[in-house]
Amino acid sequence: MLRFKYPIYLLLSFLIPSLTFGGEILLQSTTSTNNSGFYGYILPKFKDETGLSVKVVAVGTGQAIKNAENCDADILIVHAKKAEEKFVANGGGIKRYDLMYNDFVVVGPDADPAQIQQTKTISEALTYISRVQPSFISRGDNSGTHKKELELWGKVPISVKEYSGKWYKETGSGMGTTLNIAAELDAYTISDRATWLTFKNKKALRILFEGDPLLFNQYGVALVNPEKCPKTKTKKAKKFLNWLLSENGQSEIENYTVNGIQLFYPNAIK
Amino acid sequence: MSVFLEAFSTAFNLIVSLDTSLLEIVWLSIKISISSLIIASLFGFPIGALLAMKSFGGRALIITIFNSMMGMPPVVVGLVVYLMVSRSGPLGWLEILYTPYAMIIAQVILIFPIIVALSTQILEELHKEYEDIFKIFSVPPRTAVITYIFDSKDALLTIFLAGFGRAISEVGAVIIVGGNIDHATRVMTTTIALETSKGDLPLALALGIILLGLSLIVNLIATKIKSGTTGGING
Repeated sequence: MLRFKYPIYLLLSFLIPSLTFGGEILLQSTTSTNNSGFYGYILPKFKDETGLSVKVVAVGTGQAIKNAENCDADILIVHAKKAEEKFVANGGGIKRYDLMYNDFVVVGPDADPAQIQQTKTISEALTYISRVQPSFISRGDNSGTHKKELELWGKVPISVKEYSGKWYKETGSGMGTTLNIAAELDAYTISDRATWLTFKNKKALRILFEGDPLLFNQYGVALVNPEKCPKTKTKKAKKFLNWLLSENGQSEIENYTVNGIQLFYPNAIK
Repeated sequence: MSVFLEAFSTAFNLIVSLDTSLLEIVWLSIKISISSLIIASLFGFPIGALLAMKSFGGRALIITIFNSMMGMPPVVVGLVVYLMVSRSGPLGWLEILYTPYAMIIAQVILIFPIIVALSTQILEELHKEYEDIFKIFSVPPRTAVITYIFDSKDALLTIFLAGFGRAISEVGAVIIVGGNIDHATRVMTTTIALETSKGDLPLALALGIILLGLSLIVNLIATKIKSGTTGGING
């Protein structure tokens, strides 16, 4: 029987320390904020001030909201204002606040077959793409970026859905995976700036269009409603929310840079 | 090609420098997979033995079900476990979503059918071989099972390895129920998926190489145990 002891010890050594879990604040958020190292920078600052830890689950905005609706979160930071407001209106969240912003960029192959570098507005750029019909990669995953992209295509007199699977390709994946595919196919896509700046497999891709006010990317924060989800750690999550919106939190957001470039601009209303 | 070279040198550097965050991830992967394997085996082998030695109505159907469950997509298992342990699910009161516990549950569901199906198959063969002799000498079932286990220990070890391989290599289930949370539920495979999505292909591949190395070590240990119990490699 001696031989069976070791696996059992291993099992016990694993189970015992894990029995003390559940103190952390659970944050549902987006891959764009997590993959850029933003939480790795900001959460230790919050912990230093309050002693509270935050666990981050990073998925697309659509899934993050869905998970929060299932009560699998204490607080939500995503970037799709309309969906966030709907989440609050349906009783999933208490109140939504503006937190910070950056912008979306259109990236594509260096050769720019659709000549969108010459365009002045995002509608014009997408119209050029719809005429030349080079490969365009869409997230297709109901994420904040995907919602934004569809909104922008709405200003162009064609329906991209008709070209799905042809030059308009929906990956149903995260931003990074979508950028990997765009890099491989020399295709155009729309990315949030934070993911783009920290993405390492750019190949021939570069920013071909940016700066239109319509490309504004607002991040919002909301507490999960304890009336709907009694198990949420509302008190702790509220401390985190207040800190993010406070002068301290906002200036920490401002201080976060990657290779000297600021990724998020705080804009909470004081 | 340079990606491969870079991956190997990255893997080498990570191992040599004993990168603490890497060690944490590797250790969690091992703990979760081995815990899942032990739990799945505790239930799987007895059921496998039962299916192999008893004949009853519906036995063939049950075996077929277990056989086909070996091909269950991990992502489906992950989704089902998520719906169960979500705070709004029937087991929400356990509060184990996004903890290693949920990951173990998902992996147990994934490997349990492998253990049952393969052990049934192996023990069934043996049972056919020995059944008559054991009847003649009226050997009690308990002794029979012990004999079977002893006689087929190499094959049973292979089943362990198959189960371990499935557990340590899957990503679909653990990423859903674990959430890939840094310092909490991040394992080898979810880290590889994450680094791939960040476009850091050399690092992702380096982690893949380390995962493969880990599998190799486990298999070498298993081979050692095998040869040890049969009296040395040559014996």
